[in-house]
This record gives sequence, structure tokens and C-alpha cells, in this order.
Amino acid sequence: MAVVSQRFLRDGRGLPPELEAARVEIEALARGHGLDFFETVFVMCTYEEINMIASYGGFPTRYPHWRFGMDYLQMQKSYEFGLSKIYEMVINTDPSYAYLMDCNLPVDQKLVMAHVFGHVDFFKNNAWFAHTNRKMLDQMANHATKVERIIDRQGQADVERFLEMCVSLDNLVDPYAPHIVRQRVSSEAEVQAAADADVSRLPASDYMDPFINPPEFLEAQRERKARSVQRMRRFPESPDRDVLGFLLRHAPLERWQRELMQVVYDEACYFQPQAMTKIMNEGWASYWHTKMMTQHILTDAEVVDYADHNAGTMSTRPGQLNPYALGVKLWRHVEERWDKGRFGKDWMACDDPMEQERWDTGAGLGRDKIFEVRRTHNDVSFVDTFLTEDFVRQHGMFTTRYDARAKRWVVDSDGFREVKQQVLTMLATRGAPRILVLDADAFHRGELLLDHPHEGLDLQLDYAREVLGNMARIWSRPVHLQTRLDDKPVTLSHDGEELKKVDGHLRREDGSRRADPDAEEETP
Amino acid sequence: MLKIDNDLGRFRDIVKGRVRRELRRYMSSGELLGKQGGKVVSIPLPRIGIPHLVYGDNDKGVGSGDGDGGPGTGQQAGETPGEHLLEVEITVEELAELLGEELELPRIEPKGSKEARTVRHRYKGISQQGPESLRHTKRTYRQALKRSIASGQYDPRRPVIVPQKEDRRYRSFVAETEPRSAAVILYMMDVSGSMGEQQKEIVRSEAFWIDMWIRHHYRDVETRYVIHDAQAKEVDRDTFFRTRESGGTLISSAYRLAAQILERDYPVEDWNIYPFHFSDGDNWSQSDTRTCMELLKTKLIPWSNQFSYGQVDSQYGSGQFYKDLAAAFGDEERVVLSRIPEKGAIMDSIKELLGGGR
Repeated sequence: MAVVSQRFLRDGRGLPPELEAARVEIEALARGHGLDFFETVFVMCTYEEINMIASYGGFPTRYPHWRFGMDYLQMQKSYEFGLSKIYEMVINTDPSYAYLMDCNLPVDQKLVMAHVFGHVDFFKNNAWFAHTNRKMLDQMANHATKVERIIDRQGQADVERFLEMCVSLDNLVDPYAPHIVRQRVSSEAEVQAAADADVSRLPASDYMDPFINPPEFLEAQRERKARSVQRMRRFPESPDRDVLGFLLRHAPLERWQRELMQVVYDEACYFQPQAMTKIMNEGWASYWHTKMMTQHILTDAEVVDYADHNAGTMSTRPGQLNPYALGVKLWRHVEERWDKGRFGKDWMACDDPMEQERWDTGAGLGRDKIFEVRRTHNDVSFVDTFLTEDFVRQHGMFTTRYDARAKRWVVDSDGFREVKQQVLTMLATRGAPRILVLDADAFHRGELLLDHPHEGLDLQLDYAREVLGNMARIWSRPVHLQTRLDDKPVTLSHDGEELKKVDGHLRREDGSRRADPDAEEETP
Repeated sequence: MLKIDNDLGRFRDIVKGRVRRELRRYMSSGELLGKQGGKVVSIPLPRIGIPHLVYGDNDKGVGSGDGDGGPGTGQQAGETPGEHLLEVEITVEELAELLGEELELPRIEPKGSKEARTVRHRYKGISQQGPESLRHTKRTYRQALKRSIASGQYDPRRPVIVPQKEDRRYRSFVAETEPRSAAVILYMMDVSGSMGEQQKEIVRSEAFWIDMWIRHHYRDVETRYVIHDAQAKEVDRDTFFRTRESGGTLISSAYRLAAQILERDYPVEDWNIYPFHFSDGDNWSQSDTRTCMELLKTKLIPWSNQFSYGQVDSQYGSGQFYKDLAAAFGDEERVVLSRIPEKGAIMDSIKELLGGGR
């Protein structure tokens, strides 16, 4: 258990007796429903403490950095003006820590507890969290100590500046990296062996050989081999989405810089699964708090406050996708479908709306299904699999776009395809565009070549300039990013001093590279 | 003390650094005027944040609800794209510090014995007599509890406590005298026809920063405003910056009124006095100018810590008054003169006016 949290507890920050009783009741209920969670510790906080912890991303201790102070100031302001209020916060650790704000009503606290058990069950069981560090409280505290020590040696200004550079890259990590091995680095010998190897022939007896392995075929094989050898010689061998990780391993950094970058990298990776499962996770927790509150916990006197606050959380504001609302509705939709047997071949084949309306095989598989889904899916696959045409129609979903002339948002379409496409695009692109390291030795000059596979949205240029500048300073050689702006292929190059925008891309689709940026332009 | 306070303090330092860098711009643009609310000034800054590779403005979204679905029924939402401004609050105190550091202004030394004593009544004490409206219930009950325990009347199973007359406690005040150093700023402005909007804008900016600086050094600062053309009158702050009079200019009328105000309300031994006069330097006649010099020499200058004259160039003004003052008081160190040809010169002018440290 982490030191800091113990301090919280020693100060008598545990729950007052009536809430402790509620906690015991709710925990038993949650287990009864089949939720399976880590031990969960609730800590009472003042609003100042909870705002502090929220600005630290849920942790009571982070390394010193002004951006936490900035977030804190804004949260504090918005709380004081009554614009927003944090109801609950819980972190993915074992044991899990959840924070309650001491000035909330008892009914709010119960709601939060029920909600929190949903989250912790999700943390523990969802596959995408499987590789997160469950002792992150300790690691965050260690990071704080480490950074403070580096500040003592290197001075605050340098450390701060370098941290800013790293943090500006912290969304360029590969969310799948902990789950798979992507990096393949061939040794010199392997490359040599591949280059020396004979072109592979299909087995054939002598007299058939000219027919089975005709010269054209052999020529094609030779080309393939040459390409693969060329690829093996490249570094990295395949495009690497883990940009910050790549810099961490390969950029020429001093030891203290590498340590700082490691801190930023570890913390960024830790928060990835949260971002990938926002809709599912919030939906799952909301599903359980509503179920437990309405079926068991609420007293008559509490109903009105509960309904008011629950509605506040579930409301959808125009132009926004409320993860709580969409999530909980999708979960209920899935449960209903599997309860009524609305899946499989017969269901798919049925195209009579009346019959669909009445469809109920009494399968009763809903609960099993949602528990299965919460183990394996993330937001993108969840929405992709379960956002059905019925669902979109039932909930009146539509896409909007900004009408620049009318200066307001207008409904674009309520078609299923468009809505689903739009939701998926938002999910897939949330946070960070996909940026790939293509070549760490571009032009044989040790320059870094990055690629942004364009998916319909342009990058924000002023930010790109600063981020690429940071990257060039870290890499200590020029950095190039191929992207598209206004539908044209463009390469943004930064040499640490200034950004240059060159039309066209440096590397062709097939992976061959142009000799020099000044060579002839490529047409897409 | 929360852990975050360090980060918060660091962030505030960064903000201050930004404000300092932008200070010259704020001074000439007048952007901060009217941003002062009590003890803090709210300052618009470009958002301070850490850049990331992100998508530019997204112009698509998803909603749900009971719309009729036809195009054009969507609801307005979202921020308008554009520069993100961060309104940060900075105390008057801090802003004055920044001003001082940036302009390298010396601190003002309040004049020696000029300390008024004020008497304040503070409710600090407790007494056994007093009006019921000041009764201190908690202390009264505590006293009653003590008495009932001491006298053996207290029964824990039935903890009823009835205060009696001698238990009653009342808040009482004590009179405290505290020294204070007080200052009065007396602004005089020429509002004759030749002073246009632009000139007034300059005066407004200067007054804002002068206020800021002088307030920084004195616990109590009063400000008085006098406008004049051929006649002078005292006005409130709002009128001071808004009126547009026309007509001739008799500067002596303002000085006479100023002398009256000071004589009546601000005895020179108790107050640090700062008259500031802004004009385009076009007096009606040389004989009036002579009257002015006389008033300055016998009254205003001897009374004041510093007498400041700022001359705002206008296309009509001759600027003669500046020369006259310079000739008469060129080597009097309590008189400071400054010319402000245009907005950009506000900064230098403030430095000239406040650079003496008096």
C-alpha cells in the first residue's frame, strides 16, 4: 500500500460510520451481482484535495510540474463559480482508491460508491487493463522522488523545459504496445544471410523446372528478396507507432533526460487503457449504479436527489458525445438483445419489423453476454459490434456539422451509416492522430522520417510546429513529418530552428525512398 | 498547505513572466483598463499549455434526441474556433511589483513624520456585561456548563444546561490605534477643446499605472479629480475620463482649486501629496501662466512630495506651458515634467514621472 494513502487513512480520513455501513452494504450487493473487484478503499477529501488529486490524474503524488498547477487553478475556479463539480474519482490500482468529496449529500456518496465498484470491476477484468501497473501509486510516488532528485542536480529550468518537450509527445504512444511484440530488429548476420540466400525455387524435377520456375517467376522472386533485404536494412524495419518509445530507446539523450522521458512514457502508457475504454467503462459503472441504487439502496427520501443528479450525469449536450449516456444505453441494449435472443442467423434473416418487435426467444443470456463483453472489448470494437441500426433509430442519433455561413451547428444526417461512421471516427481519432516512425536514417543523414496516415482530418499546424521542434531537439537532427493539408500531400520539416513546409512526400507508397528532399516531386 | 501549491506557485510565476513580457503592450494598448476588480486585475493571456500533435478544428459531431431530423434543426453548440485566451488574475500588488521591476522604478520613500493615526474598533475581547445583541452564546453555555459541573448539578443522563445571569458573556471591542501612511493623488486634466479622445486615452492609461504604483506604497490612497477649461471643477472618476468640454484654457483655475482642496482636506503634515496635471500645454495667456507659477511656487510644490506635469501632444496645442515650467522649475527636483507624443510613449513617460522615487 502506498505511503501517501496510508497517511490519508491515519489522519482518520476513512468513512464516517453511516457511510461505512453503506459501503459494506453496497459492496455485498455488488458482489452479489457478480462484480469482481479489487479491494476498494474510499477516502474522504475536501474539494481542494479532490481538485488537487484530479489535476494529478487521480494520484495524490506526482512529480512537480506547473501544468498540474494550471489544471488545478482552472478546476478550482470552475468549482467556485459552480460550473462543475467532481463527484467521483477512482484509480486503477490494487487496492483501488476512490475519493469522495466530503460536502456531497449521503445519497451522492452512495451513488458514487456503487459507481466505483463498477469501475474497479472493469479495471480488474477488462483485457486492455491487463498490462497496467497495479502498483501505480508507488510508481508515481517514485517518479516524483526521481524527478525531484534530477531537479536538485540539473536545476529546475532545464528539467521543466525537458519535461515539457516530453509531455508534448506523450500522446504519441502505441496503445497496443503492451499487448504485442512489434519490434523486430534483424542483426547484421541475419541481413547478410538473407541477402546471400538463393532465390527460392519451387521444387521440380530437372525437365519440368523451366516450366515450373520460368525466368519471369525467378525475376519476380529476386525482386521480392531484394525488397525484403532492403526492408531489413531499414531502421525501424516496420513503421513504429510508438514514437515516444522509439525516441526513448534511440534518441541521443543524456542519462537524466532519458530518466525523465521514461517517467513521462510510463505514465502515458498507464493512462492509455482509460482513454480506450471511456464509453464502456463509464457506461458499465453507470449501468451498475443505476441498477443497485434503484433496486436496493435508495430510500424514499433520497429518490428525488438521486434522480436529479443521475439525470445531470446522463444528459447529452448538443455537439457532444456523453460517454456515460451512450455507454449505459449500449450496455442495456446488448443485455436486452441477448435476453430476448435477438442474435444469430434467424434474427439476421428476419426482416419483418412487426416480427422483430415481438421477437423474444426467452434466451435469457443478457447477463452472461455483458460480462463477456466487458472482458474483451474496447470502445472502438464495442461500438463497432453493438451500435446497431435499431439502436441509432431508437435513440434518435444524428450527426452534426458546423455550418460556417449560418455560424451554428446543424443536423447533417440521421442515417445509420453516417452516424456509426462518425462515432467510430471520433473514437479512433480521439486523443492522438496515428503517427508512425518510418525511417530513423532518412537521406542517410540520421534524420527522422515520420508519417501521418491521413484519415480525413488535418493536423493543427501551430501545435505541429512546436511539437516537431521539440522532437528535432530531442532527436538532435532534423525531423520530417509527411501528412496532408487541404487535400495535398505535404512534408513538414523541422531542424530545431524553424519549420519548413514542402509539397509532396519523401517516401513512396511502396516504401522506396527518394534520394533527397529537393528531388522531383511525387504525385499522389 | 497542499502539495499542489508548489505547482500552482510555479504556474503563477510563469504567468507573471508572461505578463511582464506583455507589459509594454498592455501599457500602450490600454487593454487592462476596467479590468480591475478590487484587489485583483484580470489579464487576458494567450493560453499557456503544452502543444500536442492533434487534429485541427473538428467540424463534425454526433448528437441524439428527438429532433425532426431535417437539416437545419440542430442546436448551436461549441466554442467558436479561434485564439484561446486565458484570463488570469493577478493581484494589484503583484502587477505593481512587475511594473516597478520592468521600469526599474525606485521605491517611494514616504515622507518622514507623515503618519496619521487611525483608531479602529475590533471585537476581540469578552466581557461580563453588554447588550444582548452581542451575546456570545457559545462562551455563555461553556461558562454555564463549567458552573453546573463544578456545583455538581450536571447530570450526564439529562444534560440540560441553563445559563444564569452570571454565566452570560458578551463580545466587547477594544480600540486599537494603528499608524498609517496615507497619500492623496490629485489628478488635474485640461479638457479644453484641444484635448481629443486620443489624448484622454493616454491620460487614462497613465492614471491607471500611476494609481497602481502609488497604491503599492501606501496603505491608504485617496484620489481626487479636477477638470478644467477656463474654469475648474472637481468631478468623480467617471466624469473625469468622459467629459468633453470645450472652450479656453486657464490652467491657474485648476491650480487654485487644487490648492483649496489640499488646504481643506489634506493637511500637509499628515499626507503624502501627489498632484498630476495633464494638458496639451496651451494656456490662454502669459499672464495666467504667471499666476500658475506663483501658485505652484507658494503652495502646490512646497506641499507635495512631487508635482508632475504630463504634456500630451495634440495637433492644436503649442506646448508652450511645458517650456514655461521647464524654465521656472527646471532645477527643482520635486517637479517632474514629461512629454507624451503618442500612445507608444506612455511607458517612458511613466518612467519619467515615477522614476524619482519620491
